[in-house]
Amino acid sequence: MLKRVLSGDLPRSRVLATVLIVIVVALALAPFVFPGAKALNVAAKICVFIVLVASFDLLLGYTGIISFAHTMFFGIGAYGVAIAITRMGPTWAAVAAGVAVALLLSFALSLVIGLFSLRVKALFYAMITLAVASAFQTLASQLSDLTGGEDGLSFKVPEVLTPGFSLVERPFLGVSLNGKLLSYYLVFAATVVLFLVMLRIVNSPFGRVLQAIRENEFRAEALGYRTVAYRTASNVLSASFATLSGALLAIWLRYNGPDTSLSFEIMIDILLIVVIGGMGTMYGAVVGSALFIVAQNYLQDLMKLASNAASGVPVLRDLLHPDRWLLWLGVLFILSVYRFPFGIVGKLRVRALAKR
Amino acid sequence: MSSSAATSPDALPEIRADRIPLLLVPALALLALPLTGSFSTWVTLTFAGLAMGMIIFIMASGLTLVFGLMDVLNFGHGVFITLGAFLAVSVLGSLAGWTVSERMLLNVLVVLAAMVVAMVVAGAVGLGYERVIIRPVYGQPLKQILITMGGMIVGEELIKVIWGPQAIPLPLPTAFRGSVLFGEAAVERYRLIAVVIGLAIFAALFWVLSRTKVGLLIRAGVHDREMVESLGYKIRRLFVGVFVAGSALAGLGGVMWGLYQQGVTPQMGSQVNVLLFIVIIIGGMGSVGGCFIGALLVGLVANYTGFLVPKVALFSNILLMVVVLLWRPAGLYSVGKR
Repeated sequence: MLKRVLSGDLPRSRVLATVLIVIVVALALAPFVFPGAKALNVAAKICVFIVLVASFDLLLGYTGIISFAHTMFFGIGAYGVAIAITRMGPTWAAVAAGVAVALLLSFALSLVIGLFSLRVKALFYAMITLAVASAFQTLASQLSDLTGGEDGLSFKVPEVLTPGFSLVERPFLGVSLNGKLLSYYLVFAATVVLFLVMLRIVNSPFGRVLQAIRENEFRAEALGYRTVAYRTASNVLSASFATLSGALLAIWLRYNGPDTSLSFEIMIDILLIVVIGGMGTMYGAVVGSALFIVAQNYLQDLMKLASNAASGVPVLRDLLHPDRWLLWLGVLFILSVYRFPFGIVGKLRVRALAKR
Repeated sequence: MSSSAATSPDALPEIRADRIPLLLVPALALLALPLTGSFSTWVTLTFAGLAMGMIIFIMASGLTLVFGLMDVLNFGHGVFITLGAFLAVSVLGSLAGWTVSERMLLNVLVVLAAMVVAMVVAGAVGLGYERVIIRPVYGQPLKQILITMGGMIVGEELIKVIWGPQAIPLPLPTAFRGSVLFGEAAVERYRLIAVVIGLAIFAALFWVLSRTKVGLLIRAGVHDREMVESLGYKIRRLFVGVFVAGSALAGLGGVMWGLYQQGVTPQMGSQVNVLLFIVIIIGGMGSVGGCFIGALLVGLVANYTGFLVPKVALFSNILLMVVVLLWRPAGLYSVGKR
């Protein structure tokens, strides 16, 4: 049963399995175990990033393509929902229309970019997507009638998902069962489903071909696979899942702007998470997202303590300044690429193999 | 690729200089002349475009050479630009008396000092960067992109540790301010200086590459690395030298870019990186001459469209790249096997 749900791709390491179970249980019970708005926000963001990073892993880890336009598709999804609701009012029809239009746009864009530029080397693809993504970001902030420009769009969600809507009168286990809670579980459920679908894709015969292309494109082509078609399909799939995760983000935040979904910082976050978590493992997206977002929100508090403790030492104090948390994750990122190319998940799996 | 079919069979293969891209810059400038309306506006815009192009060229030249020689594309190149610009802030700040002085000599000296410091420090950092970041991942393009990206993240954060995360103004020294009048056209003095420095750097690079032994080896290495290696030259050592020189040029470009924008931010390098990629794609990856023309085109187009249709100016670089690649898919000058 479990094997079927996970598409036969089990964690293959007892430690990893434990970690994954802890993360999933924590996310499932987040509103009840970790009270407070900040904790729930962190949990929802982890969910959104799991989908986003897993979709990037499909492209980078499984097919071996580096794209810097992933946030573009993330942004398209978020803007799709935001614009549709702003125009059509807070109804489910608007959400569906927004997601549908966003998916179509992502599909068309990723297909065109893929067909035109996936024939070239990895470096060119990386550069071209970087240019396209920055142009798209400029476009989004320029079309202020449609996108709200730099300010972004704040909007209402369907009433069922608003904090004002309550399911039952009395609180359950000390938590009021309102629309915010429903909204969180919508995000959580969507995350579980989307993640399992992606796990299914990478473990299908199609996914095997992608991995063959990653390992040796020439050989895959010699075996008769049209690698350009497969690479483009991977690009389109990855873009579609990123779009869906963007839609989830918009529904959760009830806001979208260039900085929340399109900025290059988010692209860097995705890169850091996928590499530290483990490329080509899917589970790396779960472990990495949880670790990264918790670090983003709580490591700073820890560093503030350390920085205060080191306040007498000039350079160390600046290095440990709470705003410099990205420095340490960057160092971890570089070490990951050198020392364990399959990230935390890969490391744990190798250790489990060695024990056997 | 298919051009060999067009030549007649009895003609001896000869290397014909490809001069068409050279005509692009004057052609573009002439095309813009009737559109801008007045001659004086055109002169101002053209000089602004050339100055911007020259600075971009200085920043991008190292990137394209390094790629040409070793297939290494440094996504962290922007860090050296930021580093140069912040060093200029420190040098100009510590010699503030010279910067605001009315005497031109002191103004020139302080900028020269900033440039030398930026080049030396950026070159030295480049030496370490090559060692730690780039050397372990030769020949692995995927890892290379990731690692150099990591280098950019860490470098940018370290710059924030040293100089703080905020934007810092970088005012021009007294002698560099104001404009010079050519008839009715006003040209900012600093832009004139930038054009002169850019031309000097291009001339120096051109001379090194075409008239010296080292340059010969670099060009040969760009064209066919294995052949040069099999002739007994250590191309690795040559590459380290080119990388250090490229980093130093990026540092110099950073000083000039910071002065051009009259302010520096820790993100300026990664922001301009996208522009540099566009320039070296337009020029043909690895070609210094192509990079020069590409940079000038980008600078001119940005200024002309900024004046004529400001909304389009934000995308002018990408449009230019698309147009050039439709004409020549490998860039203006394609180099070697790529």
